[in-house]
Amino acid sequence: MSRKLLNISIPVISVLLGLLAGAVIMLVSGYDPIQGYSAMLSGIFGDEYYLGETVRQITPYILAGLAVAFAFRTGLFNIGVEGQLIVGWIAAVWVGTEFDFPKVIHLPLAVLAGAAAGAFWAFIPGLLKAKYRVHEVIVTIMLNYTALHVTNYLIVNVLSDKQDKTENIAETASLRSVLFENLTDLSRMHWGIIIALICAIFMWFILEKTTTGFELKAVGFNQHASEYAGMSVKRNIILSMVISGAFAGLAGAMEGLGTFGYAAIKGGFTGVGFDGIAVALLGGNAAIGVVLAAALFGGLKNGALNMPLEAGVPNEIVDIVIALIIFFVASSYFIRWIISRLSKKGAK
Amino acid sequence: MKKRKFGLALSLVLAAGTILGACGNDNDSETSGGGSKKDNFTVGMVTDIGGVDDKSFNQSAWEGLQEFGKENGLEKGKDGYNYVQSKSDADYTTNLNTLVRNKFDLIYGIGYLLAEPMGKVADQRKDSNFAIVDAVVEKPNVASITFTEQQGSFLVGVIAAKTTKSNKIGFIGGVDGSLINKFEVGFIAGVKSVNPKADVKVQYAGSFGAADKGQAIASSMYSSGIDIIYHASGGTGNGVFAAAKELKKKDPADNIWVIGVDRDQFEEGNVKAGDKEYNVTLTSMVKRVDIAVKDLASKTKNGDFPGGKVIEYGLDQNAVAIADHKENVSDDALKAVEEWTGKIKSGEIKVPSTRDELKTMKF
Repeated sequence: MSRKLLNISIPVISVLLGLLAGAVIMLVSGYDPIQGYSAMLSGIFGDEYYLGETVRQITPYILAGLAVAFAFRTGLFNIGVEGQLIVGWIAAVWVGTEFDFPKVIHLPLAVLAGAAAGAFWAFIPGLLKAKYRVHEVIVTIMLNYTALHVTNYLIVNVLSDKQDKTENIAETASLRSVLFENLTDLSRMHWGIIIALICAIFMWFILEKTTTGFELKAVGFNQHASEYAGMSVKRNIILSMVISGAFAGLAGAMEGLGTFGYAAIKGGFTGVGFDGIAVALLGGNAAIGVVLAAALFGGLKNGALNMPLEAGVPNEIVDIVIALIIFFVASSYFIRWIISRLSKKGAK
Repeated sequence: MKKRKFGLALSLVLAAGTILGACGNDNDSETSGGGSKKDNFTVGMVTDIGGVDDKSFNQSAWEGLQEFGKENGLEKGKDGYNYVQSKSDADYTTNLNTLVRNKFDLIYGIGYLLAEPMGKVADQRKDSNFAIVDAVVEKPNVASITFTEQQGSFLVGVIAAKTTKSNKIGFIGGVDGSLINKFEVGFIAGVKSVNPKADVKVQYAGSFGAADKGQAIASSMYSSGIDIIYHASGGTGNGVFAAAKELKKKDPADNIWVIGVDRDQFEEGNVKAGDKEYNVTLTSMVKRVDIAVKDLASKTKNGDFPGGKVIEYGLDQNAVAIADHKENVSDDALKAVEEWTGKIKSGEIKVPSTRDELKTMKF
C-alpha cells in the first residue's frame, strides 16, 4: 500500500472503528444504534435547517483546527487556541459595537481586529519561547485562563454597563447572511464559512508554496540546522505563533460576528479551541485534512443534539464516540501496524 | 505537485458541494421536519449547560414537567413531554429550533442564559409558544417566569442572623449579574434586619459549574471565622458543601453551616464523622421552579397562554420558601421567619432586589 493511501485510510479507519465502538456501547446500554445513528444523521443533514447549523458549527472548528495544525507543522504546540479565540471574539465584537462605518470597511475591520487580537495573544508565548526558551505549552495554557477572566472583566466593566453581555454588533459588522438564512430556514449559517475555507487555502499556500513557509517548517524540524543554514529561528518561532493565533482569533470573530452577534461573560471555556487540537490531529495537520476533520467534528456535535429527542440516546454517548475516534487516531501506529501485517500477508 | 493540486481541487469541490447542497434542499422543506401530526398537548424544555441532573433549577423544572405529564396522562417523548440538554452557549438556538421543528405546543427555556436566543427564535417562529424561566423576554409569544428570590433569601438571611455565633456570615454567588444580585441583597437585608452587627462577606465564583472554586472560596471563608455560608451558585455550591463537610469531619464540634439554594439541599449536607451522622445544611432557599413550570403548562393547555406577560412567582404562591427540613433551625429562628413572612406578605416591608435599593435601607 502506498504511503499516501495509508495516510488517508488511517483516519477513515479510525472514524469507522470509533463509530463501531459507539454502536457497541449503545447496544450494551440498551439503545438501538441504528435508530441512534439515523437520528444523528438527520440532525446533520435531516433538513436544510440542520444542514445550515452544521455548517455554522464547522466554521470555527476549521479555523481552530488550522491554528493548531499551523503551529504543529512548525514544531510548536499551541494549546492556547481557546484563549486566542476568546480575545479574538471580544475584539471583533468591540469593533462591531463601538464604530460606525459602511459595511465594506466595518466588516473587514472587525474580522481583522479579531485576527489581530488572537495574533497578539499568541505573540506573547512566541516571544517568550524565542527569547527565553519558555515552553509554549505552559504559557499558552496559562494565557487561556488569563484571556477568560480578562475578557469577562472587560465585558462587564468596559464594553457594557455592568451587564453580563455586550450590546449586539452593528448590522454593518455582521457576518449574517440573509441569503443563507433563507436557504436554510433561518439557521445561523453565515459568511464565515467562506473565510474559513479561504484561510485553509492560505495555510496550504504559505506552507507549501512560499519561502517563508519552508523556513517555518525547517525551524520546526531542526532548529540548529536551520540556524546553521542562516535562518532566524527566533523570528520564525514568533511568526509561526502569530499566524496560528490569527487563525484562532478569526475563529472567535466568526462566533462574535456570525453566530452570536455579541459577547457574553463565560463561566468556562467554549471548548472549540481544545477540540481544535483533535481536529488538527485527525486531519493530519494538513489544510484539507483539517477542513474534513472539522466537518466531521461539527457534524457529530450538531447531530448529537438530535439524538436524545429522536432516539432517546443520551448525548453523553456521542461524547464517548468522539473520544473513541480520537483514541483510535492517536493509536494510529497500531492501525498502521495491522495494515502492514495484512498487506504483507496478502503479498505472500 | 500534481497530487497537491488535486487535493486543492477536491477541497474546492467539497466546499462548493456544501454550499450548493444547502440550495438543493430548499424544495422538500416541509416534508422532513414535521413528522406525524399529534393530538396531545406537547411540552418541551431546553436546559442550560447545567443539564437536567444539576440538583438545582434545571432538575426542578424537569420534575415539574414530569409531574405535569403524569397528571395529564402524557408520556415522555416527542408526543408528550421531553427535554433537550445544551452543552454550550451555541446550542441554545439549535435546541429551541429543534423543539419548534418537532411542533411542541409549549417550549420552555430554563435559565436567563436562554433569554437572548429565545428572543431571536420567538421572532422567527411566531406560531410557537415559548416560556422563559428567570428572565424577561418581551415578545408576544413568550411568557416570562420570574421569582422573587430576594424574599426567600431574606428569610434564610433571618435564620442565618439568628444562628450565627461569630457574627460573620458568607455569601457565595455564581456569576455576578442582576439575577444573583437579587439573592445577595435579599440575604444581606434579611441578616441586617435581625442582627445589624453581623457582617456579610460576598464573593462570586464566576461560574455556576466550578465546584473546585466553590470549595476553595468556602474553605477560606470558614477559616476566616465565618460560620454560615449561603450559596446561590448552582453546581459551584457542591464545592461549598464539600468544604463544610470536610471541616465537620475533622471536628464535629465545629459550628459551621451551609444554606442551600433552589432545591431542598438537606441531603447534600449529610456527613459522617466517626460513628455519628451530622448534617451541615442549615436550611435551603427553595425556589419552586417546578410549581411555576407546572402551573404555566396547565394554563397553556387550557388555552390560556399568557404570552407577552411577566408572571412573578413569590411567597404568595409558595414558590419561594424555606425548605421543609427544619431539624437544624432553632425554634426562635423559625418564629422570626414567620414574623417576617407576615411582614413581607402584608407589604409592611419591601425586600430590596438590587444593590442600589439595598443601599437606601437603614439598619
